[in-house]
Parts: sequence; C-alpha cells; structure tokens
Amino acid sequence: MDEHLIKPYGDKLNDGIVQLSFTLPVENSPKAVKAAQMYVSKLNFQNISVVHAKKIAQGFTYFVVYAQAIPALDLRLVKPKQIENKHLDFYEINKLIKNSLKRCLTVVGASIGTDAHTVGIDAIMNMKGYNQDYGLERYPEINAYNLGSQVTSEKLLKEAIDKKADAILVSQTVTQNNMHIHNLTELIELIEAENLKDQYILIVGGPQITNELAIEMGYDAGFGPDTLPSEVASYIMHKLQKNKDMT
Amino acid sequence: MAQIQLNTKQIDNLKQQACLISKQLHNFIDNYSTVSVERSVLRLFGVDGINRDKIPLANRLVDIIQQKSCIKSGISRYFTAAMLQSNKNARITAELIEQGKIKFGTLNGFSHEKIKNKETELTNKAIKILDTSRKNKRKKQKKFPKPSYPLRYMIVATGNIYEDRLQASSAVMAGADIIAVIRSTAQSLLDYIPYGPTTEGFGGTYATQENFKIMRKALDEASENAKRYISLVNYASGLCMPEIAVCAVFEDLDMLLNDSMYGILFRDINMKRTFVDQYFSRLICSRAKIIINTGEDNYLTTSDAIENAYTVTASQLINEALGKKALLTDDLLGLGHAFEINPEIKNAFLFELAHAQLAKQLFPKAVLKYMPPTKYKSTDIFYSHCMDALYNLASVLTGQKIHLAGILSEASHTPLMFERYQSLSNINYVFNIAKDLGNEIEFKNNGIIQKRAKQVLDEAEVFLSDILKTGLMEAIADGKFANIKRPVNGGKGLDGVFLKSPDYSNPILERLEKEGIVDG
Repeated sequence: MDEHLIKPYGDKLNDGIVQLSFTLPVENSPKAVKAAQMYVSKLNFQNISVVHAKKIAQGFTYFVVYAQAIPALDLRLVKPKQIENKHLDFYEINKLIKNSLKRCLTVVGASIGTDAHTVGIDAIMNMKGYNQDYGLERYPEINAYNLGSQVTSEKLLKEAIDKKADAILVSQTVTQNNMHIHNLTELIELIEAENLKDQYILIVGGPQITNELAIEMGYDAGFGPDTLPSEVASYIMHKLQKNKDMT
Repeated sequence: MAQIQLNTKQIDNLKQQACLISKQLHNFIDNYSTVSVERSVLRLFGVDGINRDKIPLANRLVDIIQQKSCIKSGISRYFTAAMLQSNKNARITAELIEQGKIKFGTLNGFSHEKIKNKETELTNKAIKILDTSRKNKRKKQKKFPKPSYPLRYMIVATGNIYEDRLQASSAVMAGADIIAVIRSTAQSLLDYIPYGPTTEGFGGTYATQENFKIMRKALDEASENAKRYISLVNYASGLCMPEIAVCAVFEDLDMLLNDSMYGILFRDINMKRTFVDQYFSRLICSRAKIIINTGEDNYLTTSDAIENAYTVTASQLINEALGKKALLTDDLLGLGHAFEINPEIKNAFLFELAHAQLAKQLFPKAVLKYMPPTKYKSTDIFYSHCMDALYNLASVLTGQKIHLAGILSEASHTPLMFERYQSLSNINYVFNIAKDLGNEIEFKNNGIIQKRAKQVLDEAEVFLSDILKTGLMEAIADGKFANIKRPVNGGKGLDGVFLKSPDYSNPILERLEKEGIVDG
C-alpha cells in the first residue's frame, strides 16, 4: 500500500481493526447477531466478528463488534485547521500582556444555554486551573470574569460589552441532540447582529469541540478536552498581536 | 463493619453545634412563609390544573392574594371562605376565583368558627393524602424482598417522558433499584410547576405531576417483572421545593432531592426563600415518608475534594440537624457525599475511603447518598469506566446506602441506553465480588485512612464553630461554602418571601408540627 494511505491500526500496519459497540432495536436472537454483522458490513467493514450480544431492554440488543475497515485515507489530503501559535507559560503571558498591551487583558467566560456544567469554564478560568496549570483568574495581568453556567447569550454579550472584554470564552460541556451547535450558533448570530464580531476574540471549548468546528461556526478558535488555561491565554495574546499587526 | 477510631466526644460536640446552628436559623424560618408554601397548601386542599394561559391555578390564586396585600395572613382562610361561598370542590372553586366569579381575599362574612371548622375538614383531607401515600408505598414494598444495599440508583434524562419509560425499564433489567428522572435544566428556577405530560426538555425531563404518574406506573410494572421494589426519585430543590414535594406525595414518589442550601449556592436562589421552603417541604416528606437526598457532592465539583472535604461534613451535619427539626428520621436522611478526589494524587483511593467511612460513622443509620466521580472523568471512556469500578468498591466496602451509578461517558454526553447497561454491569460485578469485604478488614490505627478522617473531622469542627458565631446566613454570604458568596437579600425568589402576621394561618403546617413523627 502507498505509504500515504492509512488505515486504523490493530496490531499490524493496515489491518484496519476497529472496536465498535452499539445497540439495535431487535430482540436478542441469532437473527439479531446476524443483523449486527450485516449492519457493520454496510458500514464498509469486513471480517466482522460480533463478540458480545446482550439483551438490554425488551426488544433491544447491545453488541460489541470487532471488524476490519476497508477504506484507506490519503494522509496528504488531511489539512486540519490547527492552532499554530507558540504555547507560552504563566510568566511569559503576564510579561507579554504587560509589555505589549500595556493594560490588563479582559476575558469574560460562561457556559451558555441550559448546560449546568461549569467544569470546562472553571478549568480554564478559576484560580486553581487545570492539571497544575493556573486558571486565568490567577494571572495578575488578566481580569477574568467567570459568569458560570446557564448564562444566556444576551447576558454573556452584555457582560462582555460592560467589562470591555478582549475575549469571550464559551463553554459547552455535556450536550444532547447537538444542543451545543444550536447554542453556539445563537451566540454568534447575536454578536453578528450587533456588529461586534471584530470587537472580540471568540473562543469556544468543550469535549465535543474541535478548532475546525469552531471556525466553521464563525468563532476564532476552538479547544477540545484537556486544554490548559495557558494554551487559551497564549492563543488570545497571539491573536491580539496578529490583529494589531493587521491594522 | 470496619471502623475508624474516632473521638465520640468530638462527634457529640459537632452534632450539638449543628443543632444550635439549626435552632438559630429557625428563629428566622418560623416567622416567615413564602408563595410556594402557600401554593402547596392550596394543592393539598385539592387545587389543581391550569388556566387558559397555562398558568397553574395555585399560582394564580396566590398572585391574587398577593396583589390584595393580604398574603401575610396566609391563603388558607381566604380559600376556605371561598369554598364556603361556592359550595363546590377545591378545584372548581379555584376556577371560579380565577374567572373572577367569586370574591377572593375576604372572609365573605363567614364566622370565625365556620371558617375554622371548614379549615379543619380540609386539613384532615390533606393529612390523609400524606398518610395514604405513605401506606401505599409500605404496602407495595412489603410485596417484595427487603432491598440489598447499596441501592443502585440510575438516571434517565431523554427529555421525553415516554422515552424515559423505556430507558428506565432497561435500567431495571440491568439491575437498577432506583430510577431518577433528571429534570430539565433550569427547572429549579421556574416559580411554578409545569403541567401535564411533556415530551421536550433540555438535559432532562420536566418534573410535572403527570410525568411523575406516568413513570411511577411504569416502575410499578417494572417492579413486578423484576420482583423487587423500584424506587422513583425526582428533584425538589429550587423555587418550588414544597410544591414539588406535594406533587411527589400525590404520585407516591420515594425520594426527592431536597437540599437546604443547594439552590442558594448553585442556582442563586435567595436564601430566605430556600430556608423557609425546605422546612415545609421536609415536613411533608417526613409525613409521607419520602427520603430526602442532599447535595453535598456539588461542593466538590466547584472546589477541591481534599481541601474542602470538611465543608461536605459540615453541610451533612447541618442538613441532618435541619432535617431532624423537620421531623425527618434517620431512614429518610439521604445525606450526600462524593468520590471526587483528583486521581493523580497518590493514595487518592485511601482518602476516598477515609471520607466515605467518616460519613458512614457520623451518620450510621442514615441512608447515605454516594455520588460517583464526575469532575475528573476523562473522555477516554475506558479509563472512566475503571474510575467507576474503584468508586463502586469504595461504596460497597464502606456500606453506603444509595449508590448513584457512575457512567463512563459522563464527560461528554447524557448517557445512551447501552452505557447505562455498561455502568450497571460494572456495579453488579463489584458489589457481588466484594459484598462482605467491609466486615473482613480493619482500618490500621494511625494509618493514612484514620489520620485523614480525623483531619476532616477537626477541620469541620473549626468550621462549624465559625458558622455558629455568625449564623448560617452570614456564613453563606461570606462564601464559606463552595467558595460561592450569596448575599442574604440577593438571588431569585426573595419577592415571594413574607413575614407572617399574628393572624397567619397554615393549618397543615401546624398539624404536622403538632403530631410529630408519624409512622405505620
């Protein structure tokens, strides 16, 4: 196979092995197992083995399946929209704000919509931070306002205007039926309607967020799970400087 | 069960301090009522339904009385007078009032004695509703073998009550003993209870009396199939605490989330409102034998589980003291705590055991509610599944009573049906293979676990004496719990709190207080 073509790796290069688990609305029976196998084959897998089948409700069966993926992907075609700036640490960031901005950096953050989880926004903003990396509240050069959860888009924007924010951080942690897309779209539409899109660096974070998705929706950047506060702060400073260079 | 050596004098002192804090607070509580307390009285008198604009009649009636500035006397007498006037049942009377066909907010010229007699008749009926629900549940439970602890508590949260039924029956098949229907997010901030069956919610399903009925019926069937009693849980904390308790009584619910401080800290509900509401809500729970669940686990999602472990202990003690004041017995106290220590900390599991064992020894007869890891759950679901296994072990080892199922996908989405099955398989496995482990081991004297438990107890003691100095309200305003500051007169729902006038009447509250703990 061409060296640029890749497939999932089980224990040999290009074996294509993946692990799947799912439920079918079928009573557990030989027919259900066969249905699981045929369904996975429709997904373009081969050498399918249904290793586990268990009734988990009246008329529903849960499966664990191993199978080999058929298609290969040309890695040359993969061009992610990565955040390319340098990752600075706490001290470097504070120094940079002091020297280049010559005032405090203001950041307003919230979890919007009905999501009650503050884990994401707290990890980035609270004093304590995440994984031994201080949160934005701890930065002497940053005014960080964490509005918590279940904040409306209107309130978040109003707060950003009142506090003269440089950046708005939006978190979406636990979502259902793609509610996060709905919420994030609502916020961006509101900001656009107020003609304020260029006023702020708009950042979104959450376990289901990729940078690509964020950019597609009109945000400046998106951060996924395990993001450190200093990564977010580095990005804000990078972007602010880039914007300044352009004007 | 293995025991940590603890100073019993210190424990007595802690309980006494909590009692004093609760007494202090009751100097305030006993003089006030709220719109939700008054609406609960109406509901227990038989007011139900909504008007054309879908506003519950209980809300409409209380609004009318509030506008006429006579709410200070309580709604009971005015409604009683209206019933005497209409000579119809409570529901029709309420409709007539709302349509403006009956004068409301006066005693309509009826004698004091006539009103008193009718009030007593309505109160007798209301108390009978509470007693009937208790007896119904006892009767149903007796049909099945005694439950085996820890009880397996599983959430359903599709937003659609009919879909929730399927999820619930699947969870029961996988071993769940308790089904909790997660409420639609932010329902705690609604100052009314939505009406009828609902099929759309966000992150959960609306708590309505009709939804309670639909789920209780499904669980009655599931109990028959599984040959064990399946309990139903919902959430009272919020602006409608006592009213949700009333709806729960009507539909024979078994448990309610009912914390004395959760709404204040995590939903920014005014503290006066919450403290008054929780008292009446808990009196209702006590009489109908609804187990309350408290929300101490939430402290550890916002602040560190090691540094702030003592706030959990202190809050449990306060919730216990306030609960006892509201006539809740140990078997109804589902005091909360959680397995939330950062897994990167060396010996974190030992500290978890210390915390869980401490709760067990402080409240040996309570039905402790133990919460799974959430804060450090990884989006690597396989790693998270391992965390849950260790949590399950800590729970069975320390003899917890209500065990909330940890779910491997906690960090990314509300659980899918097969993830509930995976979670319960994990629990069943650990509970079975380690069933009597707690009886076989001892905690080493002066070991890591014992030292940790003692430290938490010492910190809780200092904390409680601090609270006692300022009073609980000031302590909360100061940000002593969960690092969140809530001003005494801030937050939502303060406009629904009022000072009782000397002629205030709430005959249900009076009766419940007077008759004390009632069982059987």
